[in-house]
Amino acid sequence: MKLLDFVVREAILVDLQATGKEEAIREMVGSLHHAGRLSPTDVESVIRAILGREELGSTGIGQGVAVPHTRHPTLQRLIGTVALSRRGVDFAALDGEPVDIFFLLVSPQNQPGDHLRALENISRHLKDERFVSFLRQAESRENVIEVLEEADHGST
Amino acid sequence: MSHETTVARRQVEITNGLGLHVRPAQKFVELACRFQAEIRVRHNGTEVDGKSILSLTTMAAECGTRLELEARGPDATAAVEALAGLVSARFYEDENGEPIPAEPGMEPAR
Repeated sequence: MKLLDFVVREAILVDLQATGKEEAIREMVGSLHHAGRLSPTDVESVIRAILGREELGSTGIGQGVAVPHTRHPTLQRLIGTVALSRRGVDFAALDGEPVDIFFLLVSPQNQPGDHLRALENISRHLKDERFVSFLRQAESRENVIEVLEEADHGST
Repeated sequence: MSHETTVARRQVEITNGLGLHVRPAQKFVELACRFQAEIRVRHNGTEVDGKSILSLTTMAAECGTRLELEARGPDATAAVEALAGLVSARFYEDENGEPIPAEPGMEPAR
């Protein structure tokens, strides 16, 4: 699985306005909706589910990175988005630092394997300092897509 | 008290339905970090740091995956015991990833 198999290009955000957890999640889920990949009736329940997941423990896993996610019954396939924040978001991350790189995932209910493979892919790239640095420098949606494409090309 | 480096290994199988996703990886790391021992997790010829969430999630370990845990350090035996207990307790989550309460006495002793 490659990043651009599930990252919705039109939903990528390079200048997240939110500075708090709930607004940040709203902005990202809203972006999936505006990109036509999430029906208006699902938006609120997806936001609620992601926030519910965050209550079990922040997905802000440290070093400025968070992977908010949930499973949702109406989804047919895994979708996700990438969001960058210039100001940093208070996401109650494990290391207490603000988050500036988000990979948000919404998975279908019964495909845990796909969720794990998307997570594997994201994790592998986030461990690569070059990838993270290029992502932070991306100024436009096109720049982010270029970084993801380059990462995907390097994947086997 | 002995301060010799001991090595302990244990085979475990992921048995929670959703596999080693973010939350189980976080629980594993939280527990691993309570021990001095270095923790390695092996699967299919790859070996990752058991104290790094991102390393654990690169394994994409689905339900049914067998992993080898290895600890090196003065508390290696206790570390492997505790971590194997967490895995076999399905990371205290149900088939939908919802938390289930830990049984009394299941908390690892220090």
